[in-house]
Amino acid sequence: MLLLILKRIGLGLITLFIVSLITFVGVEVLPGDACTTYLEREAYGAALDACIKRLGLDVPAYERYLDWASNVVRGDFGYSLSGEMPINEVLGPRVKNSLVLASVSILIGIPLAIVLGIITALWRDKLPDIMISTITIFSMTIPEFISATLLILIVAIWLGWLPGIVIIPSDATFYELLSNIILPVVAISMIMTAHMARMVRSSVIQVMASDYVQMAILKGVPYWKMVFRHVLPNALLPAINVVALTIAWLLGGVVVTEVVFNYPGLGRLVIESISNRDLPVVQALAIILASIYVGINLIADLMTLMLNPRLKSLQIRK
Amino acid sequence: MESNLITEDKQKNKLEKAFEILKTMASKPSGLIGLTIVLFHVVLALISPYIVPYDYKAISPNTMLLAPSAEHWFGTDSLGRDVFTRTILGGRTALTVTFFGSLIALLWGGLLGIFCGLVGGKIDDVVMRVVDAFLSIPWILAMLLIVSLLGTSTEVLIPALGFFYGKGIVRVARAATHDVIAKDFIVSARARGHSNMSIIWNEIIPNVRDAILVEGAMRWSWMLLGFSSLSFLGFGVSPPTPDWGLMISNARGLMSFAYWSVIAPIVGLSSLIIGINLTADAFAKALGIDRSTKAPV
Repeated sequence: MLLLILKRIGLGLITLFIVSLITFVGVEVLPGDACTTYLEREAYGAALDACIKRLGLDVPAYERYLDWASNVVRGDFGYSLSGEMPINEVLGPRVKNSLVLASVSILIGIPLAIVLGIITALWRDKLPDIMISTITIFSMTIPEFISATLLILIVAIWLGWLPGIVIIPSDATFYELLSNIILPVVAISMIMTAHMARMVRSSVIQVMASDYVQMAILKGVPYWKMVFRHVLPNALLPAINVVALTIAWLLGGVVVTEVVFNYPGLGRLVIESISNRDLPVVQALAIILASIYVGINLIADLMTLMLNPRLKSLQIRK
Repeated sequence: MESNLITEDKQKNKLEKAFEILKTMASKPSGLIGLTIVLFHVVLALISPYIVPYDYKAISPNTMLLAPSAEHWFGTDSLGRDVFTRTILGGRTALTVTFFGSLIALLWGGLLGIFCGLVGGKIDDVVMRVVDAFLSIPWILAMLLIVSLLGTSTEVLIPALGFFYGKGIVRVARAATHDVIAKDFIVSARARGHSNMSIIWNEIIPNVRDAILVEGAMRWSWMLLGFSSLSFLGFGVSPPTPDWGLMISNARGLMSFAYWSVIAPIVGLSSLIIGINLTADAFAKALGIDRSTKAPV
């Protein structure tokens, strides 16, 4: 059991190591280095020399990688060219803002998805299922920037209930954030909920068709008792992994949503650093976002492992 | 003569099978709606250059932000261009880029996945670790980086999208190959002394083709989403090319008083994505593959 957990963590670390190699090599291979890319037409003379010194581009690539990697492990991401300050200072408030947005969306999204998934599964092909399933198909297929734009158009402009874009500095306090994030949260959790509800639905339907549920019905177990004791634990367990993958996949969507609502989080930093051609920040973001992805999947793996007694004695093979 | 007959027969069977699948897909309302929408968009993309009423890039200060009328069905945008013209032209780039992108993704992802599933061992381990690593980088960050360093021409976008959306197909193809590989006919093909290439071509591909095609259809809609998100963020096709993502992003700032120029491209893009999704779902069901328990990776 312990070995299995260690193996999972090890695999995650290997993945992160490869990600760091990919981002580093990618930046090396693509035309232009961090300095010439950032300075564009002014890349000559004293400015270029200063920049090269600043980033240490005058040492060979493998040395730079080792340097950079060891600093990242110690939690130092280097120096932001456009912000002209350490990347850690740029990241700090952004990480906090994105965490607030993500956790509120997840806290609303997951319970809602479970409830909707169960309703649609138990009333399969009846009116509630048809209605909810139609809505989920719409909200999961439409791109984030469209649903976000429509939300702004309808709720903020036509109805005038809420502010359409978030106008707060990146170091706003938690309470300032909360009053501003209603629309972004709705936009993100709408898509997330739709994806997860669909998975919960099919998982519940699968379990309902299994032998032991038929057995419980034949034994005369009351319907709701059967649903809560026999169906749900078995149906939600495999959903955990899928939910984790979905959350991780939505990282890309969060970027777009943050841009639409002008929300000062990590996602907007992605766009800003790329438009400013600030490669050190892009590298840092790649590692951070990949760590989030690996972390979420690791947590999901471990949770399934803890919750499923059958897997404790078994090697999971993927 | 005889062999000719047999191939003809085979071809007829293939056509019949394809027709059968289409019929099964269209037998449910959701599949029928999806197919109709996709067909509509494809036909529109083919004929739109010949039927547009205005020049898509003709800027005119006299007709800025006009409301929908008989002359301008969907109104005009902030540069006085006809929104109807730009909307029906808007799907052409998106459809072409994502169609060829999906083909590339299917090819390299499918073949690599089959290969890994078949050979297993060290090669498989290494490739899967690298694929996992690529999966853990958010697509948007990687795409943005590539596009900002190499430019936004379609020659860059198609292979880049094809590469990034193919890595998930590797996993699907590999899993499908694993299902097939333990079956008797593979064992007997090996016993007959067939090479790996011949086993892949004659035994595995026909058996995993369905799973990979369904995955490819799904990827097409995700790629469309990715492509239009890039355009929306200003990293996709460059103006004045009519493109839905770009149009939405341009018209967004003025939508409080000119909502028509944002609604039209929204309807165009959403309907196409929903159409492809419904079609892919119906396609999966017609082939007997359940996709609903899978995560969108």
